[in-house]
Amino acid sequence: MSGTEAVVMESSKRKSAQDHPQIAGTKPKRSRGATADEMADRQRDISVSEFFAKNRHLLGFDNPRKALLTTVKEAVDNCLDACEEGAILPELSVIIEDLQPDRPASAKSSRYRVTVVDNGPGIVRKQVENIFGRLLYGSKFHRLKMSRGQQGIGISAAGMYGLITTGRPMVIHTKPGATKAAHHIELAMNTKTNRAEVTLDKETTDFPPKRFRSLTAGTRSLAGESGGFLDAAVYRHGTCVSIELEGRYQRGRGSVDEFLELTAIANPHARIVFVPPSRVNDDDSDTPILAKVEAGAAVVAAVTTETQGVTVFPRAVQELPPEAKEIQPHPRGIELGTLLQMLKDFEASDHGTLFNFLRERFCRVSAATAGSLCEKVGLSSRRKVSDLDPSVTEKLFDALQNAKLAPPPTDCLVPIGVRQLLAGMLKGVRAEFYAASTREPAVYRGRPFQIEAAIAFGGELPGDETARVIRFANRVPLLFQQSACSSFKAVVETSWRNYNLQQPRGSLPIGPLVIMIHVASVWVPFTSESKEAIADYDEIRKEMRLALMECGRKLGTYLNKRQQMQRQGERRDIFERYIGEVSKALHDIAGVDTKKVHDALLKQARAHTAAADQSLDVDGKVVQEQESPDEEGIVVVQSAMPPSIERPTKRTPAPATLRPAGTADVKKPRKSADRDGPSLF
Amino acid sequence: MAKISKLSPSAATKARDRVTSQKIVAMAETVAKRALSGKEPVVSIPARTRSNTIWNKRKGILQMGDAAQERQLFNLNQAKNFMQTMLHSSSVKTLIEAEKTLSLRGMFYKGLHTVAGTKEKTFADQDESDGILEDLEVSIGALREELRIFAKKAGTIVGNVTLVDSGDEIDCRHMGSGGYAIPSIVEPDVIQFKKCEAEFVLHVEKNTVWNRFNEDRFWEKHNCILTEGGGQPPRGVRRMLRRLNEELGLPVYCLLDCDPWGHYIYSVIKQGSISLAFESERLAIPDAKFLGIRSKDYKACNLSDDVQIALNDNDVKRAKEIAAYPWFQAHKGWQREIEGLLTSGFKMEVESLITKDISYVTEVYVPQRLKAKDWLD
Ligand SMILES: Nc1ncnc2c1ncn2[C@@H]1O[C@H](COP(=O)(O)OP(=O)(O)OP(=O)(O)O)[C@@H](O)[C@H]1O
Ligand SMILES: [Mg+2]
Repeated sequence: MSGTEAVVMESSKRKSAQDHPQIAGTKPKRSRGATADEMADRQRDISVSEFFAKNRHLLGFDNPRKALLTTVKEAVDNCLDACEEGAILPELSVIIEDLQPDRPASAKSSRYRVTVVDNGPGIVRKQVENIFGRLLYGSKFHRLKMSRGQQGIGISAAGMYGLITTGRPMVIHTKPGATKAAHHIELAMNTKTNRAEVTLDKETTDFPPKRFRSLTAGTRSLAGESGGFLDAAVYRHGTCVSIELEGRYQRGRGSVDEFLELTAIANPHARIVFVPPSRVNDDDSDTPILAKVEAGAAVVAAVTTETQGVTVFPRAVQELPPEAKEIQPHPRGIELGTLLQMLKDFEASDHGTLFNFLRERFCRVSAATAGSLCEKVGLSSRRKVSDLDPSVTEKLFDALQNAKLAPPPTDCLVPIGVRQLLAGMLKGVRAEFYAASTREPAVYRGRPFQIEAAIAFGGELPGDETARVIRFANRVPLLFQQSACSSFKAVVETSWRNYNLQQPRGSLPIGPLVIMIHVASVWVPFTSESKEAIADYDEIRKEMRLALMECGRKLGTYLNKRQQMQRQGERRDIFERYIGEVSKALHDIAGVDTKKVHDALLKQARAHTAAADQSLDVDGKVVQEQESPDEEGIVVVQSAMPPSIERPTKRTPAPATLRPAGTADVKKPRKSADRDGPSLF
Repeated sequence: MAKISKLSPSAATKARDRVTSQKIVAMAETVAKRALSGKEPVVSIPARTRSNTIWNKRKGILQMGDAAQERQLFNLNQAKNFMQTMLHSSSVKTLIEAEKTLSLRGMFYKGLHTVAGTKEKTFADQDESDGILEDLEVSIGALREELRIFAKKAGTIVGNVTLVDSGDEIDCRHMGSGGYAIPSIVEPDVIQFKKCEAEFVLHVEKNTVWNRFNEDRFWEKHNCILTEGGGQPPRGVRRMLRRLNEELGLPVYCLLDCDPWGHYIYSVIKQGSISLAFESERLAIPDAKFLGIRSKDYKACNLSDDVQIALNDNDVKRAKEIAAYPWFQAHKGWQREIEGLLTSGFKMEVESLITKDISYVTEVYVPQRLKAKDWLD
């Protein structure tokens, strides 16, 4: 498969070119109206790089802050992709150096050097110029396989932005094997030609570059321990990319910090070390919801740690996710133009028969199906592809669309998984209730995709704000253009009121809620090249909605149960609160021993409300653990349960005379202040 | 002139107190015993509900049935009531030991404090406390006066009778314009009838109407006793009427408004009420008579339009309810009376007779009706 997206790209290029007909270098005419000849003089080729240099907002470089994030994001995506393809547990270091630490406080932006180092397979020397010096060059475009990158624009665009804003070339260190030599290359892109110009090219033994180990007190201290920071034993091969750029480092929503945090959540198999710049613009009020997890407070094995400014997102899972299989396009999803292009490609490479074309270039086309398709268009299966005339191609296209075919295979999709989603949410969000669900794979335009959703509710989440939506596509966090995203629409369309949440018409629900949506696909349909929002395909939105509803139902059930349990909890308090009065009265009337009666009654009160420690269903019946397979995909953090009503017995000291001994040290199970020990099941 | 009761007050009181005290202690001991043996503490309280009220046709009174409710400590809706019942029981025992009495309001304050360790009050208001005391009466089978509790005075008596109240002689012919206030407790150990020349009792609904009759010396002219109960008569007034009726053999005539409320008051005096059905035996006066105002009086007395007060939806509802009471249902006269009220669409107060003449009611209306024996019963 090739072509479709290229076609889209072409047309958008053409459209934009029309929008900007004034091409630099042409002399302005004195009189109005140009002849066709005059216009022909000005009509010429535009290189991709020229186009994107002018339209860098399309790639996510609209402002200095976002430019810094996009640069980090493109590099990190590539590292994770490369490691996974090389079947290597990813080890990543992200270093941002502030190159103008003495700038005035009023400066809107500063110059930074972003360096991202990975322990991936590395890049062979001859490919370096193409990869980093050319837009639309990559290994991922011409295939259907789930990966973070897909367009062949990402890293070279970041390099180009750096070059435009600082004039400095990209610096690449790459070591394509444990025993192979490392290369140190510096190159700048020529935007006119969309080709790299190499300014330095030498072999080196300095991989990973040692310089970074002594950058700050934090890096020095981390580098002291084995495997701590840029350890050569860990980075036995890999790639190190440095880009200098004009940017702005500022924490909060849409920041590098948030991006890395979310990346860690969606990629628990990666270990990521982040060295932020020495100077931070802290003038923002927008604090991230994913509060820093304090040491000892987190639940999952992995706890994010901070050593003198350096953040480590440790590896939470020791094995790689299963490998995503590459697939051929499914006949149901292709368009006529694509079919034509595929035929042409096949003809050029193979000169094969129509039968072989159908068998080899599509998925889910068996020999029998291929045979019957040939029959349908009235051709022998041995007919050479080169002999087809256009009318037959159209017939073939129709036949393909109407053929009875199995849906595309789904081993090309690797969801994050319910357990990991929950673990990630637990790690990042301090809530009371967590639920996750993974949908079965589905298909849009012939391309398989799979939706996962998770929600976190209650606890320390703010109760009066709109819910936060966290979006991922192929494990990459999407931080911008939320409202343009199909997932946002899906959240808005879901009736959260059914699950006891507020929701103004046509907007996000309001309440202590975080919603996470992940789209995994062999080709994620983004709305633009900056890969920020997912295009609004009905099939995708529907699956999202179903996933959200599954989570919502779990939340609704839980909230009902909680209400039941709370009632029981209240009950116990009411009983306990009157026992003192009753036993004193009994003593006054009949002379019975106050303490004895009190203790006996207290014991009964406990027994009566032991039910509060059980899970109850909607009708208030006790839920037997083994009878509830539905419990899967749910985590409840008990200690986060809000207190039901005031608990007088312990909080307010009562006059000693009125309070029989024995009430003071009443223990309430499951009301511990810490949140240790929630279990994943 | 009928029999005059003679009972030594102190001896009777002592015996009564001993019994009450024993009942309370027995109840507390049962609760404690259950608690200590791991059983749920419960108090059985006869149900003071409509469904547990029985119409005793033979006696012509309402009586409480056998149904009882268990008041439990470990029941969300009853826990507080249970605690309150214990508190009031304890207070009553204290009263008996101290040989003192308290008003309903006093009992509310006696039991009122903050539940240990909370900000919650033991009683939210006096109504809550009053209800618990009524429960306690039926629960241990002791009347309010036996619990040494009295209500505020809300009734007046005047007429040809002489009483002894706590040893003081009260000649009800010399009570000035205010009359003698009927105490809450009028049991024979407190009040004895010394002398009575009256031939009947006229009970009127309101103090204002009573004033009219007293000013016109009606009781003197007609040799009767004149009482008033401030709307629905409290237990003290009802008990007094009952004793006048039962012990002195005086017929009781009621002059009430022509509206569902007036009818209801009559039915309470005559047969008893649902919430105090357990007291009917001591309070009800099955041969009490309803003298008026009658629905026919608008025409019969030639009253002007101005006295009409339109029935509202609630009145209509109440009237139909009352018509369906078993003790009214079987009574053709009452069915016709209520029917007349409903078809006329308006009610009338006793005071409406003032439009005829200030003393029309005392000089014409009541004497005429008595003479003609024109009443409902
Ligand atoms: N760190 C790396 N290690 C190994 N290979 C890399 C690395 N970074 C990039 N590559 C290779 O370079 C190619 C181009 O990368 P680039 O980021 O420009 O595009 P992409 O990742 O294919 O798509 P996208 O534009 O969506 O990011 C990739 O397809 C990959 O084959
Ligand atoms: Mg990329």
